[in-house]
Amino acid sequence: MSAGGEPPLLRVEDLRVEFPTEDGVVHAVDGITYQVLPGRTLGIVGESGSGKTVSSLTTLGLTRRQGARVWGRILFEGQDLVTLPEDRLRAIRGNDIAMIFQDPLSSLHPLYRVGAQLIEAVRAHRDVSKSRARERAIELLGLVGIPDPARRVDEYPHEFSGGMRQRAMIAMALANEPKLLIADEPTTALDVTVQAQILALMERLQRELGMAIVIITHDLGVVAEMADDIAVMYAGRIVETAPAARLFAAPEHPYTWGLLKSIPRLDGERAEDLVPIPGTPPSLIARPPGCHFHPRCPYAQPDHARIDPALEPVPDEPSQHVACLLQADVRRRLWRQLQAGDTPEQALSAAGLPGAPV
Amino acid sequence: MSADASHHPPSPDPQGQPLVRARGLTKHFPITRGIVVRRAIGAVKAVDGIDLEIHRGETLGIVGETGCGKSTTARLLMRLLDASAGEISFEGRDITRLTGAPLKAMRREMQMIFQDPHSSLNPRKTIGSIIGEPFAIHGLLPDKAERRREVQRLMETVGLNPEHYNRYPHEFSGGQRQRIGVARAIALNPKLLIADEPVSALDVSIQAQVLNLLRDLQRRLGLTLVFIAHDLSVVRHMCDRVAVMYLGKIVEIGENEPLYEFPRHPYTGALLAAVPVADPSLHGSERRLLGGDVPSPANPPSGCRFHTRCPKAEPLCAAQEPQLERKGSDTLAACHFPLEREEVAQMGVRSAR
Repeated sequence: MSAGGEPPLLRVEDLRVEFPTEDGVVHAVDGITYQVLPGRTLGIVGESGSGKTVSSLTTLGLTRRQGARVWGRILFEGQDLVTLPEDRLRAIRGNDIAMIFQDPLSSLHPLYRVGAQLIEAVRAHRDVSKSRARERAIELLGLVGIPDPARRVDEYPHEFSGGMRQRAMIAMALANEPKLLIADEPTTALDVTVQAQILALMERLQRELGMAIVIITHDLGVVAEMADDIAVMYAGRIVETAPAARLFAAPEHPYTWGLLKSIPRLDGERAEDLVPIPGTPPSLIARPPGCHFHPRCPYAQPDHARIDPALEPVPDEPSQHVACLLQADVRRRLWRQLQAGDTPEQALSAAGLPGAPV
Repeated sequence: MSADASHHPPSPDPQGQPLVRARGLTKHFPITRGIVVRRAIGAVKAVDGIDLEIHRGETLGIVGETGCGKSTTARLLMRLLDASAGEISFEGRDITRLTGAPLKAMRREMQMIFQDPHSSLNPRKTIGSIIGEPFAIHGLLPDKAERRREVQRLMETVGLNPEHYNRYPHEFSGGQRQRIGVARAIALNPKLLIADEPVSALDVSIQAQVLNLLRDLQRRLGLTLVFIAHDLSVVRHMCDRVAVMYLGKIVEIGENEPLYEFPRHPYTGALLAAVPVADPSLHGSERRLLGGDVPSPANPPSGCRFHTRCPKAEPLCAAQEPQLERKGSDTLAACHFPLEREEVAQMGVRSAR
């Protein structure tokens, strides 16, 4: 994922997060490695239960209270956040690393004025006077495009529309000019025109402030707009990672193909039928053996239920990694067939593979 | 399925009479003040005088953002809400004020699928009794074995395992629960099926399963489908005709291709331009974004309701409400200054031709 040279701002190494529950151990994140370079955007794509949110909450130590068991390292500017004591982590959280969440209404305190919450965010990390912090709050609201910020600063969250609340959340996240912004489904609760405004705002702020962004979403359109690099997660693992252009032009993992073929698109021809991924995502308590995707994979071979694939570089494309047991040339033939409009079954026989046993 | 003669084949109506026709359909929700003496101090104009025809066998999409009135429109058509004004006819018969037994009989003909498959199924009932409930309500198939056979046939139709007849909703995933909702909705062979955001609560990989199911059923059963969604890509995929709503009004309506390829209302253009497209090579190409927020439906702007956010607005737009009419192309648009092709291209509408 790295272009080489520059040291990463954030490097997650073999991160594993488990939650012991009454029903068994939930393997939420199962050995993921990724890095984020300064000023760049990493998109993490996955469906519910893929571990994308838990991995970023863990980055900020926000899973500690839920009794999570964490292994691996999360290196931020050389410090390991996994083992960092809570008080030192608190100095980083909201300061060097900030986070925005899906639902802006439940992330703002309903009984405090928006301004008071912004002032608190500023003063949590900076020793400034209240009046100076208030000026900063007004400046921040203006920066994120809230009209008439000097008046709006004294309003309550319920007086803001959904889009304005998300802008206020972004303002709060930016209060201390973080080096890294983690945005977890930042536009999922918003209407499409407001979503476009918020994404444009995040891009503008990134350009102006030079921060890195990790954007977590299920929406392939959103990552295509925002991300420089993309990691696709499935059942707690990263199954594919590549620069954005590469991932959409030449995806290697059957799950990525499935995602791309199951969304209707606004550009291009109107597809006759969508190609859904069969079945449902697995339970994270009892995951399938071997490749976790094999029960839903149309191209799975008998030994894929036994062998657990590792995330490995793709031949001739060191920037792209994939965790798939199919041969690289077979994968490329399959993707060419799918692009030509074949169904998975037709692609299978065209690629000369025996049908999936499932 | 095809052996079942009771389903309506997709037949073009000889008189060309629409299945449903709404005229001046209006729903105002009163805003009240006071506890003992409640006085109406205003009204939320959720749906404000829309005309709509739904033709037999078609899929009509209704799109718009939160608060535009699309779900209220669905509930009015279903008679789940009473209209404040206007009228609805179903197969030529006025159903606006129907009550009691005639209303119940009419409801057999129209069914609804809801957004949230978790809250629309009773958690204490087996799915066999959930899907069989329409028969119970209408006193059909009193013979237990017969009803069970029919329910299991429906389960098979929507891709559920008939052996799961005695399971409870919590034992099913979101996509499967939505299939249960679909099976219940088609149980009585309705003529009209209204799906309100049927896939927006589902994961991407599951969405496609449910969309394919709906399209497949629509073709096989000759259903007339009203598909309500905020996702314009999904609507493009599913619908023959599309109505775009803004603040309780239809601002543009037309056949799928003309509307997506050459939208005339600036709001339709802005909606289409705002959709993120899964293709990074288009990234960075100029898009014109809509500023501001949707005004309150309790106090909508004068004239054209979109004029406060419209990049093309002129003084006329605030003074006079535009009528929904043909603007020299294939859609009907309510706009004094409709978009030209160059403008659509400049806005960055990715479906433009």
